[in-house]
Amino acid sequence: MKLTGKVHKFGSDVDTDAIIPARYLNTSDPAELARHCMEDADPAFPSQVKQGDIIVADKNFGCGSSREHAPIAIKAAGVSCVIARSFARIFYRNSINIGLPILECPQFIDEVEAGDKLEVDLVRGEIKNLSRGKTYLAEPFPGFMQDIIDKGGLINYVREKVR
Amino acid sequence: MKLMGMTITEKILAKHAGRDEVHPGELLNCRVDVVLGNDVTTPVAIEEFEKLQADRVFDRTRVVIVPDHFTPNKDIKSAEQAKGVRDFARKHGIVNYFEIGRMGIEHCLLPQEGLVLPGDLIIGADSHTCTYGALGAFSTGVGSTDMAAAMATGEAWFKVPETIKFVFRGELPPYVGGKDLILRVIGDIGVDGARYMAMEFTGPVISSLSMDNRFTMANMAIEAGGKNGIFAPDEITLDYVRGRNKREYTLYYSDADAQYAEIREYDVTNMEPVVAVPHLPENVRNVSEVAGTSIDQVVIGSCTNGRIEDLEMAAGILRGRRIHPEVRLIILPGTQEIYLEALRKGFIEIFIEAGAAVSTPTCGPCLGGHMGILARGERALATTNRNFVGRMGDPQSEVYLSSPVVAAASAIKGAITPPWEVK
Repeated sequence: MKLTGKVHKFGSDVDTDAIIPARYLNTSDPAELARHCMEDADPAFPSQVKQGDIIVADKNFGCGSSREHAPIAIKAAGVSCVIARSFARIFYRNSINIGLPILECPQFIDEVEAGDKLEVDLVRGEIKNLSRGKTYLAEPFPGFMQDIIDKGGLINYVREKVR
Repeated sequence: MKLMGMTITEKILAKHAGRDEVHPGELLNCRVDVVLGNDVTTPVAIEEFEKLQADRVFDRTRVVIVPDHFTPNKDIKSAEQAKGVRDFARKHGIVNYFEIGRMGIEHCLLPQEGLVLPGDLIIGADSHTCTYGALGAFSTGVGSTDMAAAMATGEAWFKVPETIKFVFRGELPPYVGGKDLILRVIGDIGVDGARYMAMEFTGPVISSLSMDNRFTMANMAIEAGGKNGIFAPDEITLDYVRGRNKREYTLYYSDADAQYAEIREYDVTNMEPVVAVPHLPENVRNVSEVAGTSIDQVVIGSCTNGRIEDLEMAAGILRGRRIHPEVRLIILPGTQEIYLEALRKGFIEIFIEAGAAVSTPTCGPCLGGHMGILARGERALATTNRNFVGRMGDPQSEVYLSSPVVAAASAIKGAITPPWEVK
């Protein structure tokens, strides 16, 4: 599957309170969460983000709380993929579990700017920066995690165990 | 053939995966002893659980649900979330669902009730689930979908983490405790310094550290990105656990030849109490460096510092004093049992006479939920665990983090104050 979108760039240690502040956690409605996505990191983000856009961040993206509302808000805001130098552990796990595509690619992060247009091939882990004419390969997922991703998330993955 | 030495974390993971030996980086499917959720994370887990069409939870005594974040319900939406969680608990006969008036902040409550024990493997849909590592358990935070899957199957997948060992030597100075030690560590290694890793706390200082101080330290492992924080169980652990446990437990210890990614040594003898300044827990300063910073609100409580010893430390400072007229002091005992003990010991009277508001247990202000939200431009000193932008209210408010001793002393002066200045 190929994704294309425009880059919204963020720095290091973007925490889950910035991704979706706790004052909005009295609901789990994805559309409502999406209206406040990234609000405390960039108040303009919810109004500016377009379907397919890509969040790009430096190290430790999604640190802090375990709230799954964070990847849910990002996905519901129309973001097609998050690419970071590194992810905080629980955010990483939650994203895989709910089927939000995430990629780690330090060299790409060094060379990308806000507004760049990207084409991402999730199957090959390939990131093309169309604005700069450069191509990068993201870190591959371990086979077991790729399995969860291929099945569309953890719930589909464990379904056969429950039956 | 002799097996390679393993850490306590590796041994607990191996046992729960039915293996003799595991190595960092391996992916395991493990049996879990306890699955935990709260009123914010459980609603999402219920939606996912229902997609699985499971008839029942894997074990209704081992799923624990504590409505503690936005309770007592702060508004209609949170009341609906709490109701959804309550209905689910009733439908599935969840034995350990804790209603308002009998509950507590989850990470103060579960150890108190003997629901989490040494050697356990625990997951919780709350990042501070790492708290139970203080008991010699492997315990880590996950999201709602992991909670849902584990409620149905009793299992979860893990990558075996590498371990960083932290060794504390020397003599703890007055006013320096577990909160200062863990903030110091986070200040040194950064908010991602232990990302995906186990943090093992050892050394002579740890051997004489109380359970409440150990809970505080394990609680904040996540603030360094850690997967879990862990302490070897000892007599102090067993004194705490005996009389609370309703089932058997197992003690695990790291082997002498266990492999560590890194070993960091600390001499605590000349340490000062510390404060983390906005907007990351790694921004750690000695209290004397930030002394005089004015504050509008002080919060003493939370899953980090809401236990009886924390309240005792605060009461020791506040006894017979009034707080600064321009400061609001909010004190939240971690559980009803802690509240009652504080009442019987006279701490609550000290707090109220000092001018503090004392509340029923709730996570409330720690995550900017309710019970002490900050306005734009306001500054709080809190014994909580995170000082991110907007954590306690307006995105232009500020949170400083400290121990209960520094928080209490600062409430008296109306500015961040080293505790020795009020004694």
